[in-house]
Amino acid sequence: MYLNVVHFWDSLISSRGMFFEAAQLTLALTAVSIFIAIFIGLMFAFMKISDIKVLEWIANIYIYVVRGTPLIVQIFVFYYGLTEIWMISGFWSVALGLAFHNGAYIAEIFRGSIQSIGKGQTEAGRSLGMSQALTMRRIILPQAFRRALPPLGNQFIIGLKDSSLAAFIGVSEIFAVATTQGANTFDYMTWLLVSAVWYLILVFLLTLVVGAVEKKLAASD
Amino acid sequence: MSDYMIEANQLNKYFGDLHVLKDIDFQVKESEVVVLIGASGSGKSTMLRCLNFLEMKNGGELYIQGKEINPKKDNLNEVRQRVGMVFQHFNLFPHKTVLGNVMEAPLQVKKLSKAQAGEEGKQLLEKVGLGDKADVFPSRLSGGQKQRVAIARALAMKPEIMLFDEPTSALDPELVGEVLQTMKTLAQEGMTMVVVTHEMGFAREVADRVVYMHDGKIVESGTPQEIFENPKEERTQAFLSSIL
Repeated sequence: MYLNVVHFWDSLISSRGMFFEAAQLTLALTAVSIFIAIFIGLMFAFMKISDIKVLEWIANIYIYVVRGTPLIVQIFVFYYGLTEIWMISGFWSVALGLAFHNGAYIAEIFRGSIQSIGKGQTEAGRSLGMSQALTMRRIILPQAFRRALPPLGNQFIIGLKDSSLAAFIGVSEIFAVATTQGANTFDYMTWLLVSAVWYLILVFLLTLVVGAVEKKLAASD
Repeated sequence: MSDYMIEANQLNKYFGDLHVLKDIDFQVKESEVVVLIGASGSGKSTMLRCLNFLEMKNGGELYIQGKEINPKKDNLNEVRQRVGMVFQHFNLFPHKTVLGNVMEAPLQVKKLSKAQAGEEGKQLLEKVGLGDKADVFPSRLSGGQKQRVAIARALAMKPEIMLFDEPTSALDPELVGEVLQTMKTLAQEGMTMVVVTHEMGFAREVADRVVYMHDGKIVESGTPQEIFENPKEERTQAFLSSIL
């Protein structure tokens, strides 16, 4: 294995255009899948805390299946299964697969944070004549979302890194570019480390964004 | 029809197997201030919470302003707009400013304009002596200030009846006075009030009627003088001698 710092640095700098493009794809994949996952998560969180047994049951099965099977299997099922009936790109099958996957974890995060808001808050809203839905939207969810932010940020980071699995179905994101470079140069280690640097940069940016939102929402403390 | 603001006939309430309210007959006239006293577990808070349907009665009839309320058919959100409530633990909305707390329901439920809700909200905050705290978040307030904001928040819906569930029980002793003073002012303005409290001084001074509850039943009801100076029932005597 050949590796030295100068060579690594040269590789990092000379390939920046290629990896910058790949990083945009990684970011797009992450953003789209997390955006969808938040809606899926919110929906299943509501189903899980609803009084309707069937809905709770469906949510439990969904969460059990997602947590009980590997993400790579889910992505492949989406890629090979979904494209049988609906021709979508590799990008979209991974995006939907990741959304489906993260949605289950985000559902549990939302459920926990909604249930952690005291009963007194609901009672205060209802005693003012607010409907159940209005109380949920105006009183409970804003507080629950704030409480959910730290674990959500964590889940976003996991989602970002999991998007590397898109490489296995030919989406040219960071990890795919790194392995291609490795194969072309027989210098896998250098290119894997280059990809690691790019992931670190993206995670750093994501952490900054989540931190800024947390700080903004902490105004009431 | 009844002429009472609140009328409960043969009210019963169970928590599972526990029978917490037993055949309660209870009336409140317009502008009357009724204070409920009794040991903890006697059912006073549960009864209060039945009056705005935070707890659902299991039997009996409940009339609000002369109209029987059927929780299955009637719009409870509309009823609750007329029956305000103040809680032991304030339950202010921590993510909203003091004025935001007061404006929330008028804006969202009554659909007032922001300008009007803000104007009315500020007046109410002045009234409870917190005009200068409008833009502060609840976490910056003392317990007494929080409870006065909670009172202003309930008043913002212009209720006809106000329920107070141990409004001073969670306060440091030196902060009790400011909350009781606010309630006293409200009573003098003619608000119909039902108050669960352990503040016997307030009951003596402000109440038109004192109701003593024990074990889910109303044991005795009368003017403060009758209850505090001449209790007829042994249970009432025992309770009063234990706390006074």
